[in-house]
Amino acid sequence: MSTDTASVHASSAEQVGLPCSEDCLLRPGNTNCGGCGMSVGLTLLGRVLAAERRECQLAIPACCGIVTAGGYPTTSYGVPVVATTFASAPAYASGMARVRSLNGERHEVICWAGDGGTYDIGIATLSAAAERDEDLIYVCYDNEIYGNTGGQRSSATPAGALTTTTPGGKAEAKKDIMAIMAAHGVPYAATLSIAHPEDFERKIRTALEIRGTRFLLLHSPCPTGWKAEPGDSIQLVRLAVASGLFPLYEVWDGVRYRLNAEPDGTDPAEYFTLQKRFAPGEVDPQEARRVGAARFERLRALAAMQSG
Amino acid sequence: MGTELVTGNHAAGYALSAAGEANRFARGAACGIYPITPQTEIVEYVASFPFSKGEVVPVESEHSAMGVSIGASLAGARAFTASSSNGLAYMTENIMVAGFYRLPIVMVAVNRTLGPPWNIWADQGDTLFLRDFPWIQLYCQDNQEVLDTTLLAFRLAEDPRILLPVMVCMDAFILSHTQTATELPEQELVDRYLPPLDLPHRLRGDHPVTLGGLVWPAEAAYQRADVERAMARVPEVLAECRAAFEDVFGRPVGDALETWGTEDAATILVASSTVATTAREVVRRRREAGEKVGIVRVKMFRPFPERALRAACAGARRVGVLDRNYAAGVGGVFWQDTRAAFQGVPRGPLVQGYLTGLCGGDVTPETIAQVLDDLTRRRVAERPLWPGLEVAEEASA
Repeated sequence: MSTDTASVHASSAEQVGLPCSEDCLLRPGNTNCGGCGMSVGLTLLGRVLAAERRECQLAIPACCGIVTAGGYPTTSYGVPVVATTFASAPAYASGMARVRSLNGERHEVICWAGDGGTYDIGIATLSAAAERDEDLIYVCYDNEIYGNTGGQRSSATPAGALTTTTPGGKAEAKKDIMAIMAAHGVPYAATLSIAHPEDFERKIRTALEIRGTRFLLLHSPCPTGWKAEPGDSIQLVRLAVASGLFPLYEVWDGVRYRLNAEPDGTDPAEYFTLQKRFAPGEVDPQEARRVGAARFERLRALAAMQSG
Repeated sequence: MGTELVTGNHAAGYALSAAGEANRFARGAACGIYPITPQTEIVEYVASFPFSKGEVVPVESEHSAMGVSIGASLAGARAFTASSSNGLAYMTENIMVAGFYRLPIVMVAVNRTLGPPWNIWADQGDTLFLRDFPWIQLYCQDNQEVLDTTLLAFRLAEDPRILLPVMVCMDAFILSHTQTATELPEQELVDRYLPPLDLPHRLRGDHPVTLGGLVWPAEAAYQRADVERAMARVPEVLAECRAAFEDVFGRPVGDALETWGTEDAATILVASSTVATTAREVVRRRREAGEKVGIVRVKMFRPFPERALRAACAGARRVGVLDRNYAAGVGGVFWQDTRAAFQGVPRGPLVQGYLTGLCGGDVTPETIAQVLDDLTRRRVAERPLWPGLEVAEEASA
């Protein structure tokens, strides 16, 4: 990166001793919230891309990810970024990726989108890109809420969560986007947790070795929306994995499943009590544990099917 | 290729494909496509074209068709698409982005009635409702003009002084599905006319900009002003593109505004697209009978050629505007802009609007004659009239 802005950012990072080089995907100095899972996700993604010496271009729809860039003329991203219309990230990325391949270039085209842009308004576009098996990586950082509009329900919001548009708690269950994407038969789909960085980075490396549509779902804590302490963010998503609420797994071609972490019997009660979005008594942790366990058994059966 | 009998859709598909093919030694061609009557044959033509270096992406909606074309254009390819009617309405959000991202995308739009009701016939309301976006709009009168204007549109859009997308419009069925003798140029000529595209702001790994991120009010307003400056340069660049077209292809291509018999006319009609061709014939007959009438065909609606229009109508007492479109609560869109063009002109002409051929209705010589009869007797302008329809007048708002 030879632009003045990039070198200014890089040198200021060095001055304050941050572990950052010009390869930074997310530069220091951004104004994201403390405890933001999306920011940690971008850092981990950038670390793998830098280690693998892979360039990328981002297509980002309306979401905190584009707010992250900051105000013109500076940007918090160290790579070319295109802001897309809310529903369009996979469409813009399809055009970018097709022309990339047409010209024999190797950079990855990555969609970086929130759950609103993925589960709701953008799902037709995402489904179509997956059906065409466009050669792109799609990362949904799922904070289970419309975050930068101040916390409204999306179809990724879990049952019982209070949002500004479900003031009495959401009645409906969270949509299973992984099952939807697996049903498209995409070459690779995987869930990511920032509490499991080695697993996260391994999955990015795996995705980089595969061509076609690769879908990654990141459980992304949002202290503002979840009404939780920023310092609890990583603990929260760790609890979600350990208690079976957010299973870590991979799916190849929609048929070959692999589970990456066994729930260890952790009681999900703490996951709920650490977040004020769940009103006391609104969510029965044991019911949540039962639902999580049933889903995990289903995944275990799917994983056994192709290995048996 | 020579002269063949082709439809307007075939002519458009031919031109889009040849223009895309002409970029094969640069970053190639790419587009998102989606069907809608009556433009489907255009995207079918493009999808079957054997591009040397091109990607045609059949997507799930018009919104994504423009989305793919935007992504392709940002990556440096020559990008285009086609649509119509409700498809344009569905695509609207990304049409706006293409303009404000200053992408030289060319879209052929077949003018069809916006539903409801379900009506597939000619009406310009679908593209005119996009008139406030940063797109150049060109309305064609015949199939040859569709082909030639589509080729010209790429050269105009890609000119570094312009960098704005262009919409090439034609009437549903009257052109899109009607075969006429059309000269189809050899690829070699198209190659000569359309040099390789080098988009100055295409995405580059060594230049990590964020396109479309947050811009504060003062700078964001400059972006609008930049678009307006580019719009102001269009007449000059269009003239160059037309001259180059004639040099390469050996035939002229229609100007932003064309006049016929206006020099001495006291009464002038303003029309566009195929309505203008019918009106021209009626005007010709009237002039033969000694009437001082003339006609202006507005081919370029954005940017609106108001100076040329004022000059063309300088001697006129009355101007009648034929609109095949309807803007609720106002009247016709061409009428609004024509009326505005004469605002403040001392002793300017009376400007009367006529809503003709809406939703695909025939605009016959008899309709035009009725308009001229009304116009030549007129002392004051009224609310737009609906010739041929019995529309009861309410008290004006």
